[in-house]
Amino acid sequence: MDVQIALFLTQDGVTNGAIYALLALTLVLAFTVTRVIFIPQGEFVAWGALTLAALQTGKLPGTVWLLLIGGVAVTLVEAVTCARNADWRRFPATLGWNLLYPGLVYAAARYLPWDTLPLVVQIVFALLMIVPLGPMVWRLAFQPLAEASVLTLLIVSVAVHLALVGIGLLFFGAEGSRTPPFSDGSITLGGFTINAQTLWVVGCSLALIAALYFFFERTFYGKALRATAVNRAGARLMGIPTSMAGRLSFLLCALIGAFSGILIAPITTIYYDTGFLIGLKGFVGAIIGGLGSYPIAAAGALLVGLLESFSSFWASAYKEVIVFTLIIPVLVWRSLTSRQVEEE
Amino acid sequence: MYHLPKLAVGLALVATAFAAHADIKVGVVLSATGPAASLGIPEKNVFALLPTTIGGEKVEYIILDDATDTTTAVKNIRKLTSEDKVDVVIGSTVTPSSLAMTDVAAETGTPLISMAASAVIVQPAEGNKRWAFKTPQNDAQMASAIVEHMKAGGVKTVGFIGFADAYGEGWYNEFVKAAEAAGIKTVSNERYNRTDTSVTGQVLKIMSGKPDAVLVGAAGTPAALPQRTLKERGYAGKYYQTHGVANNDFLRVGGKDVEGTFLPAGPVLVADQLPDSNPVKKSALEYVQKYEAAHGKGVSTFGGHAWDAGKLIQAAIPVALKKGKPGTPEFRAALRDALEANKDVAGAHGIFTLSPTDHVGLDNRSRVMVTIENGTWKLVK
Repeated sequence: MDVQIALFLTQDGVTNGAIYALLALTLVLAFTVTRVIFIPQGEFVAWGALTLAALQTGKLPGTVWLLLIGGVAVTLVEAVTCARNADWRRFPATLGWNLLYPGLVYAAARYLPWDTLPLVVQIVFALLMIVPLGPMVWRLAFQPLAEASVLTLLIVSVAVHLALVGIGLLFFGAEGSRTPPFSDGSITLGGFTINAQTLWVVGCSLALIAALYFFFERTFYGKALRATAVNRAGARLMGIPTSMAGRLSFLLCALIGAFSGILIAPITTIYYDTGFLIGLKGFVGAIIGGLGSYPIAAAGALLVGLLESFSSFWASAYKEVIVFTLIIPVLVWRSLTSRQVEEE
Repeated sequence: MYHLPKLAVGLALVATAFAAHADIKVGVVLSATGPAASLGIPEKNVFALLPTTIGGEKVEYIILDDATDTTTAVKNIRKLTSEDKVDVVIGSTVTPSSLAMTDVAAETGTPLISMAASAVIVQPAEGNKRWAFKTPQNDAQMASAIVEHMKAGGVKTVGFIGFADAYGEGWYNEFVKAAEAAGIKTVSNERYNRTDTSVTGQVLKIMSGKPDAVLVGAAGTPAALPQRTLKERGYAGKYYQTHGVANNDFLRVGGKDVEGTFLPAGPVLVADQLPDSNPVKKSALEYVQKYEAAHGKGVSTFGGHAWDAGKLIQAAIPVALKKGKPGTPEFRAALRDALEANKDVAGAHGIFTLSPTDHVGLDNRSRVMVTIENGTWKLVK
């Protein structure tokens, strides 16, 4: 191995690690706020990329149907809740977000010539299509069980993951897709070439992490989320609705997940089931951070990326073994050092 | 006379019961979902095109999905043999499921025709595997086609990158065996997973060995990733793929980066380019036309394996019908013997001539070398 190869491997590891880091952050976010270990996170990665690819080939992405069906289901659930509480004040907003919005998205997806529009418009529209699915998943699968134990939530999470993978196969088929890079070409730094898309991935990841930092430190909603993460009961006593916190955290999960997928789609082929493994590696990062610390989770994810890249050079057949074995000493160490906290 | 209507009804009931029983039942287990769905879906499409009467008997196809899962495949064949009492089972799509199913087939005395490639499904053709047949070409046959082509092109060293599973392992073993015999050295053995997003590490390792050619031992669209990465890193040698990539999605995902790749394939992939003298041309075109008429452009070679399984039973059933009634153990045993005695059955992938020791029955007419030119498959003359 010479310096050139080491640099290439580092570049590859950092690119993948940046994506894992984004996913690790969303997993930590979802867990701290809602106590859900959000396994379906990977599906948003795949759907973001595949929806964009479908738009580019001029096909109607199947996810738009999911948006419509999910919207109708949420509306029905909300209507039942409103009827039970005899409180219809918030119902018009529900109608707007769950019937009108999906309807508009459907019309736009159907009648606009997406394959001829610029890439940035396609990306924004793909995000507009995928991101609302996050809060819908929260509302339908998790909000009714918000007070259940972590284990119950995990089981529901697995079920949702399996259902969404199946739906993904139905919508996008078994074969994968690729999308064109954000910008062509590469730059050379002292005889070492860096791909333009790599810069996009790393740059966008850093920007998103910075945005998340700003959101949590400086905005009201971010602070509310943090408060919920620290103490759910206390946050509720302070007037922060936990359902809002759950909706918001799932919205962020879907946004970051779908955008991660769009970022890596030009580098690799994305399949309907690609997201799970990417999410799993983000999860390893999140576990290193004890599902509680954002910076350690991001660093852990970066470590996973680098480890993966170098082990694929040295012993490609054992790459996954090496990456997932890493989690065992970390778990042992964490279980020895952390204090058990009884669930509220 | 009072009893006559009752008697007539009774007779009619018995007659319908017999008629229903006389139907030949074909159980099908395939992977319409799960990782092998891209193979299983075209296979499933084919069963709608197969004849519904063979040798004057009605044929019923009972299709079950195993989700590319071995346990489900075994559960499915158990259900087919015990509840539906099928006369023959076709399936499954992948090797592990097919292997597991051979035990149930032998136990219940039901002939099994697999659509998976690995030779271990039918070799050696004794014990439990007396009941097992398969339609795809052996990997060894395909590997020898690649080695012949490499030798003719002056390739001395080859880098290998394949799936980290039975497919990659099987191909590596077969290829190394054939390559060594021809004096070609395999300088690297790298692995990756179908779901991997990056193979940079493996590609750098291969390139540090400076091989004349690279063979990608992978199937379907995931096989495009190593080739794209190699192109990106500026590898200028020859590229070889296996017949596992012979579907149009590979061309779509691979795009410009897979131009000029060589691969062995069943003649069905380039049926219309075959010379008229090729014995497989007519039967391959028949499949292509039927498939495209029903499912649109873009025929899949994997569907061809299902089609060939259909051809084998169409040839064997009339012979077996002379020895027994469908639904009985005698018929199933006769069907097994008839399958084994199939001679010169022209299918989509070749001409099948089976024997008690050869339960595939394909010779070198079942493979051609193909290259990718302007985004289409071109026969290498």
